[in-house]
Amino acid sequence: MLRAGRKKKDMPSGLFVKCGGCGEMVYWKSAEQLLQICPECGYHFRINAWERIGLHTDEGSFEEVDAQLTSCDPLNFVANKAYSDALESDREKTGLNEAIVCGTCRIEGRPAAFAAMDFRFRGASMGSAVGEKFVRLVELAMEQELPLVTIAASGGARMQESALSLMQMAKTCAALHRLSGRGLPYISVLTHPTTGGVTASWASVGDVILAEPGALIGFAGRRVIEQTINHELPPDFQTAEFLLDHGFLDMIVKRGEIKSTLARLIDYLS
Amino acid sequence: MATNSNQDGFTYEFELPILKVEKQIKKLAEQSSSDQEGLSERIEQLEHERDRLLEDIFSNLTAYQRVRLARHPQRPHPLDYVRSIFTDFIELRGDRRFGDDSAVVTGLGRLDHHKALIIAQYKGRETNEKMDANFGMPQPEGYRKALAKMKLAEKFNLPVLCLIDTPGAAPSVEAEERGQAMAIAENIYTMTGLRTPIIIVVTGEGCSGGALGIGVGDRFAMLENAYYCVISPEGCAAILWKDGKKAPEAAQALKLTARDMLENGVIDHIIPEPLGGAHRDPQATTRALERYLSDTLDELCAIPVDRLLEQRYQHYRQIGVYRIAEPEQPTEPLSAAEGATAPSRTPDPPA
Repeated sequence: MLRAGRKKKDMPSGLFVKCGGCGEMVYWKSAEQLLQICPECGYHFRINAWERIGLHTDEGSFEEVDAQLTSCDPLNFVANKAYSDALESDREKTGLNEAIVCGTCRIEGRPAAFAAMDFRFRGASMGSAVGEKFVRLVELAMEQELPLVTIAASGGARMQESALSLMQMAKTCAALHRLSGRGLPYISVLTHPTTGGVTASWASVGDVILAEPGALIGFAGRRVIEQTINHELPPDFQTAEFLLDHGFLDMIVKRGEIKSTLARLIDYLS
Repeated sequence: MATNSNQDGFTYEFELPILKVEKQIKKLAEQSSSDQEGLSERIEQLEHERDRLLEDIFSNLTAYQRVRLARHPQRPHPLDYVRSIFTDFIELRGDRRFGDDSAVVTGLGRLDHHKALIIAQYKGRETNEKMDANFGMPQPEGYRKALAKMKLAEKFNLPVLCLIDTPGAAPSVEAEERGQAMAIAENIYTMTGLRTPIIIVVTGEGCSGGALGIGVGDRFAMLENAYYCVISPEGCAAILWKDGKKAPEAAQALKLTARDMLENGVIDHIIPEPLGGAHRDPQATTRALERYLSDTLDELCAIPVDRLLEQRYQHYRQIGVYRIAEPEQPTEPLSAAEGATAPSRTPDPPA
């Protein structure tokens, strides 16, 4: 059985890796290593935005846009540490300027506008810069009449930009509303984990919504709900399978089949 | 924290000095029939003293004190305003999907010559009402009810008025099972393109997606002591400070007051409250809200809907502060540095 990874497990680096699903030490065979799926239980390890681009778009086809667009610290937010310092250390750690990578690409030959969130950068939370990059990509899709594909992963709206982050939910949805008015398709792929303000905005308004197996997808944090109801939740709560059962996903697609599924869907919807 | 006294109901500690003086005034006023020498003079003195205290305390509120005022148990609820402001109110219930959520009240009402659809969040006053309304935390049904009624409003060209007062959308098993995130997302998405004027007013708490789920529109106002935030200060403190008791610090850092929202360009108007907060003079607050709604309805209903939608889009399109990093040399942030109310855009938006 597939389970959502509850353990903080970054991408595996060695040949032997502890699986976030079954807890086994797994030996990567080449195919699994490429997709970063546990050969024992099918657990999908968390992968970063550029790995997404490598897996879901045609080789060499991705042209990034707005790579230099990045967050500043409009509220001068300081909690245990300063937001501006956290941003700087994430930039250094990831080589990214923001938690979303956007561009144009081909998916099995079909041109598309493509965005992938990267959990390593501020837990892929959405602040002003993520919202702006997203909207610029939607505008690009409209200009060039491209279908839009987004790969969501997010801890939600970024707290350190407060109401400005909340407003990005409206800003991104407003742009998608226009895209829809042009008759251009929007396919949203939800990956582990997609929560909070991102689930409650652009990630959930796709014409077609896909998810990876076992992905945690929800609005409220699991711990918040557990504290509210005062008992533990079943392990499948808020998983992709749970959402499929409740009618909120069109399909669950294994990582290795996402690209071909996107291509087939684009053919139907274009 | 808060104290309860039998005579005065619920009181925060920062309100206590005022109540003490008011009690003295009341006591003296009761004696005034005996018409003692200097009594009215003494009352006048005390009234001055009270006004000075009000001025002192309430012109220097911390962010978290405002949060607590926004949650004051005696603070008027959106439905209190609805009852006073609108005539011929007809409540319309149910989401036509699953149920009827009493945390969101929808209905038709008249204000001056306007007919409108009203969407009001509701926390409940008595214990059983609070339980029914889940303490003002809507379930997905609440958002879907609002959506269904908004579509009704669109069909019959009725402007939509949303009165927000929520600590957030319900975090519960049922809410997740029935798609809380998807319900909120669909509302936000639909409201960005709803072909009728929408006015948003935060009257108390405006927390997170729970507020935004009925909170996208053409004009956005807050009552003076309302707050608006991406997460409750307590929730933020628990996550970023790892200590829920740091809520006052979090409230400060989150820039969640009406004044902050006006400065960062999220809202366009602050509706004044009487000194000491809406609960000290609900009638005055109601009149201020009524005037705002009436004036704004006049204004928005005169704008052709296509232009309105373009303005609505451009408003949300430009919210956000970010910068363009240069690979080698650092750049100045493109922020609203001169204290302008509008947040920044980059100088070179895509064509």
